[in-house]
Amino acid sequence: MCGIAGIIYKDGEHNIGQDMTRMLQSMKHRGPDSTGYALYAKPTEHVVMRYTVANTTTPRDYEFQGRLKRNRAEVESRLARLDAKIVSNEKETDYAFRVTLDYSGDLKQIADQIEDIPDCEVLSLGHSLEIIKDLGDAETVCAQYHLDTFSGTHAIGHVRMATESDVDISGAHPYWAYPFSDIAVVHNGQLTNYFQWRRRLERSGHRFNSECDSEIIAVYLAEKMSEGMSLEDAMRLSLDELDGVFTYLCVTADALGMAKDEMAAKPLVLFEGENMIVMASEEMAIRAIIDHEIDTYDPYEGEVMVWTR
Amino acid sequence: MDAITGENQIVYDARGLVEPDCEVPKISKIDGEKATFDALDLTTRQINLELRWLINEEGVTDVTVQNPGAKHSLAVGLLTRCKITFEGSLGYFGCGIIDGPEVHIKGRVGWSACENMMSGTVVVEGNAGSLTGAAMRGGDLIVKGRLGARSGIDQKGGLILTMGSVGANTGFMMQRGRQVIVGDAGHGLGDSMYDGIIYVGGTVRSLGVDCVPGEWMDSDAEFIDRKFRIYDLGTPPTFQKFVCGKKLHNYDNLEASERKLVL
Repeated sequence: MCGIAGIIYKDGEHNIGQDMTRMLQSMKHRGPDSTGYALYAKPTEHVVMRYTVANTTTPRDYEFQGRLKRNRAEVESRLARLDAKIVSNEKETDYAFRVTLDYSGDLKQIADQIEDIPDCEVLSLGHSLEIIKDLGDAETVCAQYHLDTFSGTHAIGHVRMATESDVDISGAHPYWAYPFSDIAVVHNGQLTNYFQWRRRLERSGHRFNSECDSEIIAVYLAEKMSEGMSLEDAMRLSLDELDGVFTYLCVTADALGMAKDEMAAKPLVLFEGENMIVMASEEMAIRAIIDHEIDTYDPYEGEVMVWTR
Repeated sequence: MDAITGENQIVYDARGLVEPDCEVPKISKIDGEKATFDALDLTTRQINLELRWLINEEGVTDVTVQNPGAKHSLAVGLLTRCKITFEGSLGYFGCGIIDGPEVHIKGRVGWSACENMMSGTVVVEGNAGSLTGAAMRGGDLIVKGRLGARSGIDQKGGLILTMGSVGANTGFMMQRGRQVIVGDAGHGLGDSMYDGIIYVGGTVRSLGVDCVPGEWMDSDAEFIDRKFRIYDLGTPPTFQKFVCGKKLHNYDNLEASERKLVL
């Protein structure tokens, strides 16, 4: 089933970590396996990277703690070799870290170097995007990663009921559009031409960290945008080129968009206020952050909408 | 089929998804045949228990529910003539399988509202999601906003009237009853319909398989005028009428006894 949610403020920064937690927690029944956030803080000159050095399926044997330490040290060593100076380095959990880097080179190089280390995965890389995802419900993940004070302008989130791939961090949404900066996607549905698109994108040099069909949407859109297409045009084209039933949300450094397939088989409820636009698979998620009566509606089949902050 | 008990039930509970058993809250303010209660801090199960207690045991015929909060499955399975007002929105499956109540929703309804409704009236002031009035068998469902996709799928009777537009595949496999759409209709209108009538005031993006324009009759105008008058909807616009082409499914070829079996 899965639940998706998005929010974008037009009047500056708000506590989007708390907003998204409330929205996702209210939809826990749609997906209790994992919860994920793509949060956009005020852009900085530094590169922000979220990465993990083990997955939830990594064996917890006697060597586990040792491997975590060695992997983290190896990440730092490789960053140094790439001339990426670590400005701050925060340990979120035993296996998840957030670093800010003074770096002006190719982001793909960083991602490739780090993911070459066994069990390591880059969750997000960019100047404002931060992807946080883990097993459990929204309140659990929020507490684990201290998201209740995260301030920013826009965000998307996802609660996952695993149907297409494993219950682990790699299978959790949102997906970062490797290797493009600051683009992420959450998705509710199934893509039926997943393997066709995966092969095409792999031939273009992209890597995929999971078996989840949703991962290709982010890369597909980012590639179209890198060829000069606007987010809205890329999303419109996706309605023709991606088969299946889906509703997805895509975020960039300054925009949030939604797309719904021609069958309108997956739900999305939308509220457009003066200073905020909020959307979710269920209205109760919107009402989790708005305490007064509002007018909401379902976008129609084949609709694409994009808002900028 | 596996029963949802034993290990399955334990796993489901462990994920914290099961709404706990509860008692009737009995928090309503009752004044003769009228009652009001605030649903803000109540679960779906508590709200429905309170409604049943008021209507079935306390003799209340007019209930106002404050702060329904778009919760799912509210006011389902009510089989008594009574009046219920929701001062807010409902989530999915609101007012399903009802037989008799007169419901006024001052907000919006989510997917699958009034599914399998047998009789009564439901008036929604806002918009409605997809699958509204699915398999509806009788009664009047009035939506003053717009409707999502596949409204009235498998409709077997009654009226669905919307003052706005509707999404794709409205009236899909409709078998009886009527739909009145003041706005526009999405693609695949009346796809594979068996019978029934769909009136559209605006444009139709495309007709579904075996949905064809129908001959306008005086009784059509009388029906629409009467419903607009009853629900105080103003002057009706000019409508196009669509019916089943009877190429795909044709009940007219069946014997009366056979028709009774399939409808």
